[in-house]
Amino acid sequence: MSDETTGSGAPVRVPFMQRVLDNPFILLFIGIVFPAVFYIIWGIMEIVNIPIAP
Amino acid sequence: MSNATFRTCPESGLQFHKPAELLMRAHAVVAVVILLIGGIAALLVTLTRWPAIHLLPADRFYQLLTTHGVNMLIFWIISFEIAVLYFCSSTLLRCRLATPKIAWLGFTLMLVGIIVNNAAVASGTASVMMTSYVPMPANPNFYLGLILFAVGALIGCFVFLGTLVIAKDEKTYEGSIPLVTFGALTACIIAVFTIASGAIVLIPTWLWSLGYVNHIDAAMYRIVWWALGHSSQQINVAAHVAVWYAIAAIVFGARPLSEKVSRVAFFLYIAFLQLASAHHLLVDPGLSAEWKIFNTSYAMYLAVLASMVHGLTVPGSIEVAQRAKGLTNGLFEWLRKAPWSNPIFSGMFISLVGFGFIGGISGVVMGTEQINIIIHNTIYVPGHFHATVVIGTTLAFMSLTYFLIPVLFRKQVAFAGLAKWQPYLFGIGMSVFTLAMMGAGTLGVERRHWDMAFTNSALGFEYPASAFTLMGIMGISGVVAILGGAIFILVTVVSVFFGKSVESESSYGIATTRLSRADPVLVPDGGHEAAGKWGFAAPGTFVLALFFLMIFVLYYAVNWKYLASVWPMS
Repeated sequence: MSDETTGSGAPVRVPFMQRVLDNPFILLFIGIVFPAVFYIIWGIMEIVNIPIAP
Repeated sequence: MSNATFRTCPESGLQFHKPAELLMRAHAVVAVVILLIGGIAALLVTLTRWPAIHLLPADRFYQLLTTHGVNMLIFWIISFEIAVLYFCSSTLLRCRLATPKIAWLGFTLMLVGIIVNNAAVASGTASVMMTSYVPMPANPNFYLGLILFAVGALIGCFVFLGTLVIAKDEKTYEGSIPLVTFGALTACIIAVFTIASGAIVLIPTWLWSLGYVNHIDAAMYRIVWWALGHSSQQINVAAHVAVWYAIAAIVFGARPLSEKVSRVAFFLYIAFLQLASAHHLLVDPGLSAEWKIFNTSYAMYLAVLASMVHGLTVPGSIEVAQRAKGLTNGLFEWLRKAPWSNPIFSGMFISLVGFGFIGGISGVVMGTEQINIIIHNTIYVPGHFHATVVIGTTLAFMSLTYFLIPVLFRKQVAFAGLAKWQPYLFGIGMSVFTLAMMGAGTLGVERRHWDMAFTNSALGFEYPASAFTLMGIMGISGVVAILGGAIFILVTVVSVFFGKSVESESSYGIATTRLSRADPVLVPDGGHEAAGKWGFAAPGTFVLALFFLMIFVLYYAVNWKYLASVWPMS
């Protein structure tokens, strides 16, 4: 939900970053995807690509 | 929801949901028992690495080093953290805990895992140390215990997330969740990644130890294992920073200098902190320089930036709160007149300073690929993480415990005089211990080595006498720190199990046990800047931050200079 209402009923735009920070499941997604991609998957791809000694 | 399952603490105003309260108590008690086991192992390991004593034979040393590492770095910390997660969700958001029965299942799995793992190590068939690198095999129960514990902890994390959903649905708070809860959420998210990585690496390794899997690739194992091994310590960082904010609010009624900036700093932890695991692999041959430098430098520096934000804003918020109460003389009256005899504050402040000055600066040095080589796999590394995990996390958790004894357990703190000195004994002892380790590591003394004298070894090596001196200082200061740890356990156990019940107020008085009802920080005439100096709301903290940066830059530069001297190019 991007809007909240004030006491007078007028909608107030909630900044994008605040909406991200207020949603624990988006944060959970980011907190798993970032290290999974940059650390684990990238690292494993490098290990997999090491040629096997003849 | 029935109010019969809630109680409101008369001193703090905190509201406890009965099932959550029982779970917090259970997790905290198990954590302290584990701390005792790990502490006894710490004493024996320290007395063995102290060259003048060299207490244990090699096999017993490695067995106890395994006991110490797993219990302290995994079981003690994560058990306490699950209690912190339940406190920061159910108690701070004043709502019921999600699925208490499933939370008890998680607790049971964690407890069984701890017992199974420790039994395997005690049998002498799993002295593989915490890393348990393949192809070095351990008793299958070593891995099974860790897996059970991890599953239990994962359940705890999802109970925490479920409780956040309940609080939002039942509208127990308005706007965003409190910053302390946001810090706990950060710890929870890192924990989910950590535990999932642990499952990915430990389940195949367990099957390999049973003979169902033929081969585990050592290089792959190291990558995925360190997503467990190092990230588990990042859970601690997020959790203890949340505890710093909580204690600043509890003791001073302080509010963050900028809650938005603090939240963004936690967000940087969520996105980037786990990547620092790569510094353990900086000398691994199969990984590219791009992977190493991206993960340990570019990405990790964003997490370091976040730590510096927290390191500035926590003492800054305390300074603003103190100045608003009239402590405005000079740069440091607010700090001089802080409640230094209150272990909740003194422990937290030593934790903050030790974590930043010792653990933080050394962490950046270790995360820089070039200068890492000076100290890679030396005793500098445990020197660094004893500064982060022991001074930073353990001391912060000890401080919080002094608050929780009257508030959560409804007991007065026993041996109040001893408790007053405990953070100093533990924090200063551990600071000297870590600095001595780092000094010895810079001289090349290895980590995890039973005998630095290489007695009767065919391929010996002679360290300079200064290395032996530093290891001796490490031994003495380690014993002092362990004495501080023993006092904490004595105070905690006697208070919780044999202590006097709290009647109308806690033994540390109302002012130090409030949370939601802490004295509000009144804005002085002209705003906070008017109570500060030179247009700064927190000038003392600003000067401390400049001092920190100066030490940081100097130490970083000295290491590059040292690298040039150990690796002559001409």
